Amino acid sequence: MTIPKVDMPIIVRLQREKFDPGNESNQFLSGAISDGAAVTFTGIVRSPKTNPIISMTLEHYPELAQSQLEGFATQATNRFNLSKATIIHRYGEMVPGEPIVQVMTLSPHRKDAFEGAQFIMDFLKTDAPFWKKEKTVNGQSWVEAKDIDEKAKQSWQ
Amino acid sequence: MNIKILYFAWLRERLNRGEEEVSPPSSVKTIADLIEWKSQTDEGFALAFAKRSLIKSALNENIVSHDTPLDDAKIIAFFPPMTGG
Repeated sequence: MTIPKVDMPIIVRLQREKFDPGNESNQFLSGAISDGAAVTFTGIVRSPKTNPIISMTLEHYPELAQSQLEGFATQATNRFNLSKATIIHRYGEMVPGEPIVQVMTLSPHRKDAFEGAQFIMDFLKTDAPFWKKEKTVNGQSWVEAKDIDEKAKQSWQ
Repeated sequence: MNIKILYFAWLRERLNRGEEEVSPPSSVKTIADLIEWKSQTDEGFALAFAKRSLIKSALNENIVSHDTPLDDAKIIAFFPPMTGG
């Protein structure tokens, strides 16, 4: 029996497990016929050369993270004429090079797809309840919020 | 009125607990009142909440400001500025 494909316009997934950015992108694209533009943003755990990290642990508030991210995806869908938006965000411990977050948008035209993805990321950085803790050779410390992220979000208002 | 409080990130670590139940008196009307009331009886809490501008709050799983009334509050969460993505 073939299960009919249900096209969910908005998907938000919070998970501890690693994901494959390419696989996720391919799945997101499959079946797109009337949409000419797909944008994928992948956030990766970064280890700066000047202050290398061993690992990063993300704490989150599951219920609020889910509802906030669904809200951003819904707002982006309405504002930028998106046909689909998917957000995958990890929590728990991860090492440099691993993906943390992926945002994917689909739209008839590229401008909406680009802006929709950027809008979601700008809100996600400051208004989704995740907190990063970095482990270096000197111990562990919480990452501080950046003004530049707050400004990026405010630029949409 | 019984309210569950959740703490995240460095607030959770400083307080050494992720959650607790409280029953504030009826004079506690807003989230800011709740912080004041807790600060008066709990020194660790008062220290962790010393810089109010660093503390964000959520009421029944919506992010709100500290002047929000506690009407129908079941779960209040306190946390530092968010750093996702």
